[in-house]
Amino acid sequence: MAVTDRVHGATRRRRVVDVAFRVGALTALALVIAPALWLVVGVVARAAPHWRWSVLTTLSAGTSGGLENAVAGTLVLMTGVALLAGVTGVLTGVYLAELASPRRSGRLGGAWARGAIDVLAGFPSIVLGYVGYVALCVALHWGFSLLAALLILSLMVVPYIAKATESALRQVPTSYREGAEALGMSQGYTLRRVVVRSALPGIVTGLLIALSVAGGETAPLLYTAGATNNLPTWSLLHQPVAYLTYYVWTDYNQPGLAAHVVSNDAALILVVMVLAMLVVARLIVSRSQRHTESAR
Amino acid sequence: MSTSRDNAPPSGTSAPAPARRDPSVRRAGRRRRQEDLAWRWGARIAAVLPLAGLGAVLVVLAVKAWPAVVVNGWGFVARSPWVPGNTYGAVVHTHGVAHPQGSLYGAWPLIAGTLETSLVAIVIAVPLALGTAFALTERVPAWIARPLGFLVEILAGLPSVVIGLWGVLEVGPFLARHVYPLVANTIPSVGPLRFLTGSVGYGEGLATSGVVLGLMIVPIIAATTRDLFLQVPALAKEGAEALGLTGAEVARRVTIPWVRGGIVGATVLGLGRALGETMAVAMISGSVLGKVSPNLYGTMTTIAATIVSQLDSAATDGTGFAVATLAEAGLIVAAIALVVNVVARRIVARTGRFTAPVGRG
Repeated sequence: MAVTDRVHGATRRRRVVDVAFRVGALTALALVIAPALWLVVGVVARAAPHWRWSVLTTLSAGTSGGLENAVAGTLVLMTGVALLAGVTGVLTGVYLAELASPRRSGRLGGAWARGAIDVLAGFPSIVLGYVGYVALCVALHWGFSLLAALLILSLMVVPYIAKATESALRQVPTSYREGAEALGMSQGYTLRRVVVRSALPGIVTGLLIALSVAGGETAPLLYTAGATNNLPTWSLLHQPVAYLTYYVWTDYNQPGLAAHVVSNDAALILVVMVLAMLVVARLIVSRSQRHTESAR
Repeated sequence: MSTSRDNAPPSGTSAPAPARRDPSVRRAGRRRRQEDLAWRWGARIAAVLPLAGLGAVLVVLAVKAWPAVVVNGWGFVARSPWVPGNTYGAVVHTHGVAHPQGSLYGAWPLIAGTLETSLVAIVIAVPLALGTAFALTERVPAWIARPLGFLVEILAGLPSVVIGLWGVLEVGPFLARHVYPLVANTIPSVGPLRFLTGSVGYGEGLATSGVVLGLMIVPIIAATTRDLFLQVPALAKEGAEALGLTGAEVARRVTIPWVRGGIVGATVLGLGRALGETMAVAMISGSVLGKVSPNLYGTMTTIAATIVSQLDSAATDGTGFAVATLAEAGLIVAAIALVVNVVARRIVARTGRFTAPVGRG
């Protein structure tokens, strides 16, 4: 009798713990989802009452006016990063996955490149921005400029692209490479027509994520890209570039409704841009997954 | 193009003798060798660039910080004041380094603020992330887990300046009005718990920064943990369940021990992100220099936030000493983040791979 009581007590306690665990897990999920929704809805709700489409076609006047220059500048920066970091990152990923395998180049196997990328991926972005300012803008007399901003921003996002490329290339079946080799294709031709092509969804996804990060950065740009109310020019040096995050950061605690409207509008445009890129990246991933599954 | 390739010898780059007869085949072979070389050298050069960039960054930082290291000495990490001195007054020299009269810099409040906010963030993020990962893998049906998982990823992808704006305009005031008073008034004011009591302020400060940082790093930990949980073989879990273990016991005794290393690694990776986070903290912390927050809710600042908010005014110091001091602070945060990241990646690399997309600015 006493034994069964103890067993019943233990069972009840275990059941209570189990229920508490389930409730706790769901509560945690709710505590993460709710702020995410609150954040996105909050950005829209703050910008919506004063939203006018003309912000996209009006130049900024500092704490008032539109954001045409900032949108254009952010797009220019993202294009530049796509070229600079895109080429560097994809080729670095090719190096890590295809050329630096331990099989080919001894025990090291590109450890130095991988180490540099890992360290860069966790490097505080403001420190990169600081170095860009003191080294490129001041010491080299570039001033606030597109090139300084691009170099720093690219250095920051290269790890994302290299990592995504490497893991996409590693998922290409070895049989593809062996088949290509058996057909007498050279290594470069195999890379171009077989390996990189079948890894393309993963590479593009990594590129999109890197671009969404680059478009949302503030700290590396504040002291390299500078600030301007004008549209971006084609000159790489001595001309500051406007960008969206600057207006969020500068105008949110300036006095006056106009400044707050600029800040909130910039935040909304940023969120829409970033979400669009993340959704596209997600679609590419799920599409390519579906194809590989049906091919199997 | 295609015909010449079809005629090409089947043995890769080493062209056998008969092929030399046909000039088009020889041209194709040369082109293929050139393409091989282009790929190889292109990839090699590209792979050197991140390392070169990182090396340049560290050299610039060290060179720039050296005068500040000489003048500020070891006391820099223990002192509290942050006094730029009289930038229009006399220039004095210490150990041969020029700096404004009366300048005295200490990084202790910045270091303490960096560690405190990151600690709060980790304390909040780890249980939330583990619970989220469990709910997404075990408790919620797949058709709803997918969009919810995407929503969690979005939290990681949003620009930190937007998160900072939300934190300072909405989260801070909400917590200061509804949550902090509750905590501060119920907790007894004894011993170390005194840190959690006292004035709760208006929502800008240590607690709000920590909470928002915690939410920012939840996706990093949750995404990795979710992927790790999916790797745990169903057989082990089903076996444990067949032995009569409850869901909570399976989690505690089978699933979590199976992937513990990966969870620790992801947590340390999140910690690294929190330590280096700049914009959100610069907007939420209150940016108060020169003192450590007296309690959990007080205003403060971190190293990264100080660099971003002080570089502008530091540039007005004609001797360049203020800028050099910021480089020294940058070295400290870079060193902390570096150690944390290397440790995390060592652990993660041993247990699985990490793919969560995160911004940091």
